[in-house]
Amino acid sequence: MKRFNLATASALSIAAASVASTASADDLTLCWAAWDPANALVELSKEFEAESGHNMNFEFIPWPNFADRMLNELNSGGKLCDLLIGDSQWIGGGAENGHYVKLNDFFDSAGISMDDFAPATVYAYSTWPKGSPNYYALPAMGDANGWFYRKDWFEREDIQAAYKEATGEDLREPESQKEMLQIAQFFQGREIDGKTVYGASIFTERGSEGITMGVTSALYPWGFKYENTPGSYDMEGAVNSPEAVEALEFYKEFYQTATPPGYTNSYMGESLDAFKSGQVAMAMNWFAFFPGLYADPNTGGDKIDFFVNPPQNQAGSTLGGQGISVVSYSDKQDAALEYIKWFAQPEVQAKWWSVGGYSAHNSVLNDPGFADSAPFAGDFLVAMEAVQDFWQEPAYAELLLAMQKRVHDYVVADQGTAKEALDLLIEDWTEVFEDEGKL
Amino acid sequence: MSAHSITEPSSRAKWVAGSLVILYALITMVPLAWIMMTGFKTPPDSISYPPKVIFEPSLEGYVNLFTTRTRVTPDALEALPPPATWYDEIVRERNMVIAGPSKFGERFLNSVIIGFGSTFLSVFLGTLAAYAFSRFKIPLADDLLFFILSTRMMPPIAVAIPIFLMYRNLGLSDTHLGMILLYTAVNISLAVWLLKGFIDEIPREYEEAALIDGYTRFQAFYKVVLPQAATGIASTAIFCLIFAWNEYAFSVLLTSATAQTAPPFIPTIIGVGGLDWPAVAAGATIFLLPVMIFTILLRKHLLRGITFGAVRK
Amino acid sequence: MADTPIAHAAKATPPGMARKIRGLSDRAIAWIFVAPTIFLLLAINIFPLIWTIQLSFTNYKANRIGREIKNVGFRNYERILTDSDIWLNMQATAHFLFWTIFFQVLIGFTLAWLINKKFKGNDLWTTIIVLPMMLSPAVVGNFWKFLYQPQIGLFNYIITWFTGAEPSSFEMLGSVDLAPWSIVIVDTWMWTPFVMLICLAGLRSIPDYIYEAAEIDRASKLRQFFTITIPMVLPFLMLAVLFRGIENFKMFDLVVQLTGGGPGSTTELTSINLKREAFEKWRTGYASAYAIILFVTVFGLASIYVKALNKVKER
Repeated sequence: MKRFNLATASALSIAAASVASTASADDLTLCWAAWDPANALVELSKEFEAESGHNMNFEFIPWPNFADRMLNELNSGGKLCDLLIGDSQWIGGGAENGHYVKLNDFFDSAGISMDDFAPATVYAYSTWPKGSPNYYALPAMGDANGWFYRKDWFEREDIQAAYKEATGEDLREPESQKEMLQIAQFFQGREIDGKTVYGASIFTERGSEGITMGVTSALYPWGFKYENTPGSYDMEGAVNSPEAVEALEFYKEFYQTATPPGYTNSYMGESLDAFKSGQVAMAMNWFAFFPGLYADPNTGGDKIDFFVNPPQNQAGSTLGGQGISVVSYSDKQDAALEYIKWFAQPEVQAKWWSVGGYSAHNSVLNDPGFADSAPFAGDFLVAMEAVQDFWQEPAYAELLLAMQKRVHDYVVADQGTAKEALDLLIEDWTEVFEDEGKL
Repeated sequence: MSAHSITEPSSRAKWVAGSLVILYALITMVPLAWIMMTGFKTPPDSISYPPKVIFEPSLEGYVNLFTTRTRVTPDALEALPPPATWYDEIVRERNMVIAGPSKFGERFLNSVIIGFGSTFLSVFLGTLAAYAFSRFKIPLADDLLFFILSTRMMPPIAVAIPIFLMYRNLGLSDTHLGMILLYTAVNISLAVWLLKGFIDEIPREYEEAALIDGYTRFQAFYKVVLPQAATGIASTAIFCLIFAWNEYAFSVLLTSATAQTAPPFIPTIIGVGGLDWPAVAAGATIFLLPVMIFTILLRKHLLRGITFGAVRK
Repeated sequence: MADTPIAHAAKATPPGMARKIRGLSDRAIAWIFVAPTIFLLLAINIFPLIWTIQLSFTNYKANRIGREIKNVGFRNYERILTDSDIWLNMQATAHFLFWTIFFQVLIGFTLAWLINKKFKGNDLWTTIIVLPMMLSPAVVGNFWKFLYQPQIGLFNYIITWFTGAEPSSFEMLGSVDLAPWSIVIVDTWMWTPFVMLICLAGLRSIPDYIYEAAEIDRASKLRQFFTITIPMVLPFLMLAVLFRGIENFKMFDLVVQLTGGGPGSTTELTSINLKREAFEKWRTGYASAYAIILFVTVFGLASIYVKALNKVKER
């Protein structure tokens, strides 16, 4: 019992002290995934603490558990988080189940206009139903799936010559998905500095969302659509279109012929490990990691460069990123809204970008110096122009798990054909939408 | 005729047996040794390709386990005052500064509170129930005992759904008390069965003598039976602790910020960009120590405990 | 279960002991001592189980708070039992169950038999061998995933050292053929000591005079092994199989960390699939029916097994 008494006593004394200084000081908790940008946000938020007198606490959850833990928290009406930077796919559930506070009135009164943010991010991170002017979040962190490569290897003359000889083309940042595969296959199994290296590390993770995020990075450039007409849930012919089949076959070929052995269940962490341990020439990952990769003393700096997910039939990148929402179960919603108001200011957004976060604010993105402010900044702008997201339905988790299974069965476990996998996926998804009463 | 009994194995048989067992022990130690070694590698060494067996030891993993760090630009780093401590120095070499303590300490403390709390409660309640079953006539005793055992057969996930809903309504989600009660409920069937075996062995005459001397039942239980059952209590405690200390599924589902234990935390310790393997390994090593010490201290009772007290010597 | 030693002990309580001496009656004390345990089990095991049964007939989803709950009869059960994917999960579980128990019994018994030769220092080595089972399965799974990594892990290099095969020429976790065996290896590494301890206890329970008598009858060592050692250890061995069987039927944390159920669904054991249905898809009603099916399976198999075990004990 001693512990509890002590805890109570100290809580009381803290409360007393804070009442004395500022009347309305609150302890706010912000929840997000544990990754590089989160550390940057802690730094940034110190200014908010100084200005407002509120105290910021942070709860960062590792990616593999992030969705489970946070959705669990929301579903049990938990008060852990006052502010939540939740994944884009959660917005449907967050809005329909009443987990998130609707922000329209607040935006109006605080003078925040969604026109000041990049349209793709507003659409993806803030609105439900999709594209309607009903806002449940403020775009906080723009993100997309992109690529990085060993610039030092690409620039070596012996390698360039070997590539020319093998393919008849110049070794460069790939401009199409197929060129990227060709480069990856060229590096696969090659000896560099006495070590066997491989083409590229890609997402193949089974458990959460990994392989879906990887596969869609091929599907979108081929022109994949979820529905024939948006909002109709009419998937036959869209999800299993010939382009989709070709893209899925492409991803499997990539996996089988151009990735390091053993990367059969890999996501963000494994992809970074493969690159940093010098196994691969190229790697797929979220833009969010690029500042950290660039700063890495071993494989960053001159040795690395970045490119947007290459187009094929069209440009297309898988969307990542998150909006910041106020949790409706919080007792401190006013203070939480204050934080959002502070965060939306152009100066704060500019600082956010400089410390390692990806701002979605037009004043930052349209700044003439932006594209040159980091080696990946220009790529980020290009990527965000053609991003696509997974279903954002309240039932997104069921839809996602079905895709994880079907795609992993085909790509990694080598079962069935691409067409069969996509046909089965339509069956699974149809069942989900029927259960939802949407079909 | 040799001096020892005819059932004693020959010295050659002993030598062969010993070598084989030691060989197995060494093989089985390799993964464990690798975990402990990884804890003393630097992050780049830990993922080196091919793996490094010989490396320069570093405490970076342990520093990373206990701290959170933020990256700063080299210029900003130059501007800082020289590092005050050895761990500051290690962190600065990676262009970072320490931002604060990590959550590992809290998680570890939660594990201690929940692990030892539920072990104590399981053994305490188990001893009472086992004593009652052993000494008193209880109507339907067999059925009750079978009922207690059968709860052990239930897959945790089978009851996880309603427990989740129940805890949500009662406000027990993410509390120490909720987790202690839950782990106790899982362990108690084991505790009752183990302890009943031990208490059955204690001769009744001791208590009868005490009762005749004017002790009450409680006093006889407390002053005569408990000291006699100490061995059984210790071995039961080991098994309860191993389970509660390492449990993962319930902890993932029912806890978050306040009451989460270390097992869900350790596999996901993130460095800058990706898993921080040395920190994961350091966490695993530190987390193993308490159970290991507890087991080594009580190892003599392990054999008896594991067979529900079936072995008498 | 009527003929267990417990039953005998309970009936053997001398009537004289039951008399009231001072303070509370024995009967009251008995109930005070037993009640907390029973209450706890009712609250945290039985009540949830009954609730699960009730939920299993509905379309309830725990993440939709306002949604209307409909009674769907046996539809959930029907869907599960006719789902071919779930049968594949059952097969994966059966494979895992069979081979882990097979190897653990084989290696565990051999080790116990060797240790029982009482060579010098056997105490120390026993303690070392027991260490893996003290670890957290989630941490073990996570770390073995790292060990199995062909380029940066240790496992493939060790195999290379013995066989000469290229380390990156095979993927323990990624190939459909090897992954089911990879999880068997890790579970065997972790839990063989448990089976070993039980067998050791069994071996030590055999009185020396039985062997001495056999020796006088000039029974060969081999004959002694099959007519004395094996039958005497068998009840212990069966107990070990029961514990490991129940535990591995429930297996979740270790495998989820190792493979996440992949490649494809090759190592998606029933508990992993159940967790996905219940806590990721939040199909609460459906998952409840699934849980009940699994519980009935374990309970049924275990009851049959316990009967067999009791028969062996009586022999």
